[in-house]
Amino acid sequence: MTQTQHQGASIAFKAVGKAFQKPGGGTVSALENVTLNVAPGDITGIIGRSGAGKSTLLRMVNGLERPTSGRVLVDGRDVGAATGAALRGIRREVGMIFQHFNLLSSRTVAGNIALPLEVAGVPTAQIKPRVADLIARVGLSAQADRYPAELSGGQKQRVGIARALATGPKVLLSDEATSALDPETTQTVLALLKDINRDLGLTIVLITHEMAVVRDIASHVAVIDGGQIVEHGRTYDIFAAPQHPTTRSFLSGVTGVTLPAFIRHRLSDAPPATGGDEVIRVTFAGEHATDPMLALLTTELGIAVNILAGAVEEIGAQPFGNLLISLPAARGAEARAYLERHNLLTEVLGYVS
Amino acid sequence: MSANLINLLIEATGQTLYMVAIATLIGTALGLPLGVFLATSQRGELLSAPWVNKVLGLVVNATRSIPFIILVVAIIPFTRLLAGTSIGTTAAIVPLTIAAVPFIARLVENAIREVDEGLIEAARAMGATPLQIIRKVLIAEALPAITLGLTLAVVSLIGYSAMVGAVGGEGLGDLGIRYGYQRFMPEVMAVVVVILIVLVQLVQSVGERIAARVDKRAPKGRGQ
Ligand SMILES: Nc1ncnc2c1ncn2[C@@H]1O[C@H](COP(=O)(O)OP(=O)(O)OP(=O)(O)O)[C@@H](O)[C@H]1O
Ligand SMILES: [Mg+2]
Repeated sequence: MTQTQHQGASIAFKAVGKAFQKPGGGTVSALENVTLNVAPGDITGIIGRSGAGKSTLLRMVNGLERPTSGRVLVDGRDVGAATGAALRGIRREVGMIFQHFNLLSSRTVAGNIALPLEVAGVPTAQIKPRVADLIARVGLSAQADRYPAELSGGQKQRVGIARALATGPKVLLSDEATSALDPETTQTVLALLKDINRDLGLTIVLITHEMAVVRDIASHVAVIDGGQIVEHGRTYDIFAAPQHPTTRSFLSGVTGVTLPAFIRHRLSDAPPATGGDEVIRVTFAGEHATDPMLALLTTELGIAVNILAGAVEEIGAQPFGNLLISLPAARGAEARAYLERHNLLTEVLGYVS
Repeated sequence: MSANLINLLIEATGQTLYMVAIATLIGTALGLPLGVFLATSQRGELLSAPWVNKVLGLVVNATRSIPFIILVVAIIPFTRLLAGTSIGTTAAIVPLTIAAVPFIARLVENAIREVDEGLIEAARAMGATPLQIIRKVLIAEALPAITLGLTLAVVSLIGYSAMVGAVGGEGLGDLGIRYGYQRFMPEVMAVVVVILIVLVQLVQSVGERIAARVDKRAPKGRGQ
């Protein structure tokens, strides 16, 4: 059997709220009024701090959690309202992978991948070739008869991915699937997910607390904070112009551009009464280059610029740069206006005297 | 030791094995589903039935808190009803089984509760029914622990079976008491004890071996 061409499904969260019962009575609100649309074939990264509500949100897509208000639609079908066989039917169209893999220790690689097919009542004769296909797809043909205990973390996650794909789902959910893996293995697993997205066209929603994962794989990103989506959009746009402080703090980690300690310790929120320097983050996207702009700042406006830190990297296929500079506080507004006029984004980080 | 005595010993060993085997079989047939149910029926669990769970839990605890020798005597009417007689080896199987069921149920419950919550979640996410989860995930994953639990149950039943002499049950324990203690033949007592030690040792090592075979959680060393 060859890989069938799957079509991704759309996912829509409509004013979704979730309150958990506290053991001693009362409720904890995990999600509030979340509205989010995921188009078929998108890879959407959901990022947020611990306890922000990421897992709760994701688990609603396959009905592991039910909304207490609002609706969650997968391909137009209301997951929260589905029960019994209808819900199990939806679940077969939504694969899920987990941080700790959740493989059966009692089954071999092939046995684990066969499980969802057995559960779906696929005839035994059809299971074997399908499993062999899936194993080949994730590159584990040599390990087919091994038990999970004999595999590395990366291999286990490959089994998890093959298992999630077994029933030919339209959606793949990933809850911190690379958080237990080292950076190199993370890259190979992300590459596999990308391939699967490209070849099968399925919609992927992945939770992560690492912006680097979002940068490497996600076409869209939703930032969740305190149970609410505070920012959502195309990954590139969010990286280029983060609006919410939470997004910014996640981004400052991933861009690897941080203030040198000697400046960070002296940074204050208010400009000094006289003199002093303004510290600015300059972000550029696409073909806009900063170097000439900074040079022009000096030659055209006569403002002396100090470069404190900087890096250029790629998101999608586009270059993305991040510079930290300081210049005389008195001319800060003028300089920022000039840079913004030339399509660079600026953000004042503080002042040093 | 006379040939007669040796015959008696062989016969008694057979009776002990017979009682323990039947009690284990019926005890497992009833205790396994009961244990699975106890492990999956608390509020919010797969078969969520909190009240039934509570009541069954109480019954199991009550049965387990009765000392075996009292249980044997207390259920004599029930034994007579079931076995047609209240004395003899076959009749002794009734109290043995009644002791075995809650014991095995608790062992199975514990084994199943040890199964990683994440596996249940993964199976639910696949669209598995509760019964599929129980069969293909919980029991399969708990099998090594269930095997060790059953081993423990068999060893305990061998011990219990020595007390059924009180209601005319035969077997090694009864032989040891009648000859070794009442007829002052300490050598019979010694041989009985040795046979019991060997039996328990055998059961234990076979059980452990099976458990190790079904346990795939740790990588096996090379050359096995
Ligand atoms: N079953 C539950 N019962 C009660 N409260 C819960 C339950 N599940 C989650 N919560 C609460 O809901 C909030 C969101 O939890 P959630 O697991 O979605 O966070 P998260 O963003 O996935 O965090 P993490 O990064 O730590 O996994 C938290 O305050 C959590 O304590
Ligand atoms: Mg989580």
